[in-house]
Amino acid sequence: MSAAEEVVAEGHEAVEAVPKRAMTLGTGTSLLVLAVLLLVPVFVKNFIIFQMTMLLIYGLAVLALNILTGGSGQFSLGQSAFYAVGAYTSAVLMEYFNVNYALTIPISATVCFGFGYLFGKPALRLSGVYLALATFALATAMPQLLKLNFLEHWTGGVQGLVVTKPDAPFGLPMSQDMWLYYFTLIVTLAIYIFSVNLLRSRSGRAFMAIRDNEIAASSMGVNVALYKTLAFGVSAGITGVAGSLGAIAVQFVAPDSYTITLAISLFLGMVVGGVGWLPGSFVGAAFIIFVPNMAESISKGLSGAVFGVLLFLVIYLVPHGARQIAIMGQQFAAKLRRN
Amino acid sequence: MELFTNQVLAGIATGAIYACMALAVVMIYQAIDHLNFAQGEMAMFSTFISWQLMQWGLSYWAAFIITLAFSFVAGIAIERILFKPLAKAPVLTNVAGFIALFAIINSSAGLIWDFTIKQYPTPFGSSPFLGSQLISTHQAGMIGVTVLLLLGLYFFFQYTRIGLAMRAAASVPESARLVGINTSWMIALGWGMATAIGSIAGMLIAPVVFLEPNMMGGVLIYGFAAAVLGGLSSPFGAVVGGFLVGIFENLAGTYIPGVGNELKLPIALALIISVLVVKPAGLFGRHIVKRV
Repeated sequence: MSAAEEVVAEGHEAVEAVPKRAMTLGTGTSLLVLAVLLLVPVFVKNFIIFQMTMLLIYGLAVLALNILTGGSGQFSLGQSAFYAVGAYTSAVLMEYFNVNYALTIPISATVCFGFGYLFGKPALRLSGVYLALATFALATAMPQLLKLNFLEHWTGGVQGLVVTKPDAPFGLPMSQDMWLYYFTLIVTLAIYIFSVNLLRSRSGRAFMAIRDNEIAASSMGVNVALYKTLAFGVSAGITGVAGSLGAIAVQFVAPDSYTITLAISLFLGMVVGGVGWLPGSFVGAAFIIFVPNMAESISKGLSGAVFGVLLFLVIYLVPHGARQIAIMGQQFAAKLRRN
Repeated sequence: MELFTNQVLAGIATGAIYACMALAVVMIYQAIDHLNFAQGEMAMFSTFISWQLMQWGLSYWAAFIITLAFSFVAGIAIERILFKPLAKAPVLTNVAGFIALFAIINSSAGLIWDFTIKQYPTPFGSSPFLGSQLISTHQAGMIGVTVLLLLGLYFFFQYTRIGLAMRAAASVPESARLVGINTSWMIALGWGMATAIGSIAGMLIAPVVFLEPNMMGGVLIYGFAAAVLGGLSSPFGAVVGGFLVGIFENLAGTYIPGVGNELKLPIALALIISVLVVKPAGLFGRHIVKRV
């Protein structure tokens, strides 16, 4: 070892180890949440349904980041770029090629998976802040790339593209918003179940081994390069689906909707929900959708400051995010049962 | 060839801004092992304080000194009040804390001083430097101050007891505690120094980019990039990285066709990443070996 090198003993890890069983909810709770999600739209106004749709969509995007960071221990500030690619893939396919909206979703998942996988290749050599910088570069470059002249024919340049909202199929008596909500819910459920099973599978165990100790994982025979790029690909693919759904729900795509601010929001959503706890993704999504509005209504001029203070409160009270509340609730329930 | 030299000179001039910011970034990274996303906003706030003092009739240098002292104390206070309780929380939670701090400072500055662009004076004047059209005396002064700051920091860390204690606390906290160093206060001191250096950067940059609450957004990104390029463990590397990023950015804007102002940043970042792929610890960073 040369003199310029130094040895550091293992300190606390960048991402804590979450045992895989602690990554999901119990069956009873899951069914209860599902029932609420199915029934609520029947009783509320269209605007609230729209907000619930956005909640599911952002929840998916946070979930994707959670698989990458909480699962494989890689950090990304570039999720907004994958989201943008997904959104534009759907928008372009729907508007120029008249592809059915539902069919655009698997296509953008595939496109984003490929994009993420390829991006993961050079990013393999980087970790920690260096990886953060690389993904950050991707996020800042994406809006500029979408504005490029020779792509303007497809992307609509700065103006962006307008997307038509689909009607409910088979003549179902539903508003467009409600149909879109149920459609999003089905996609979200499918991806959630896929993610839970992925993390419980052989690949999921490989992700977690890499997260906990890369060197140990590689000496156990885990193909580190393969699984790290795979994690990037899966995460990008899911983010792409969220982007597609987002484009359909908002009916509009423009380069400036997908700036670094979106990536930072998704990151905050992950921290608030609890890193590595999949159901927390949706709690985090609720935080990033509703708390800025709340801050705005408390004080217009100081909305940023109010948001900051609220965020500080959350991370003081529950530094491990919503997962901490869930664990406390579980312990409380167990205590009640014993008495 | 003349175009090339001119662009390199102009790059060095803007690079001085990034170098200043990168130095502040590295300082705090040394002390707490995190990148502080709110660093730029803290610098902006300090610069507003000095502007306010000058509005109240103080001279430039009086305002400069008071702002330095204020920033030093404010940095320590922020660490003690906001971040010490988070010391045991996961790293990503700390990052969320920086983002919260960013939002708070940015929005308060907007409320106190509003978002109109303000002129900020320079002590060096803005006539051409040594007859060159590209570097003004202000930019030359900025380079001078950055170099002085770097030398000062070098001597502080290499030859003073407290500098040594700070280095020890940053690299091996457990052993540092065993030899009687108060590591918790060393971190606070690191915050104070980083905030003070940030305020110097802010006051030097403000005459160029003009004073407003969002003035640091772009600069901080380049500052981070410079710090990472030079290697986060080396203040010298940060300064070199700052100048290199300035030169990269200018040359890319001049020689690569179709690169307007919009694409300068992505291209500079792409170049930095290509460097990092070859040298993952930055140009001057130490390679850290982990014990399994």
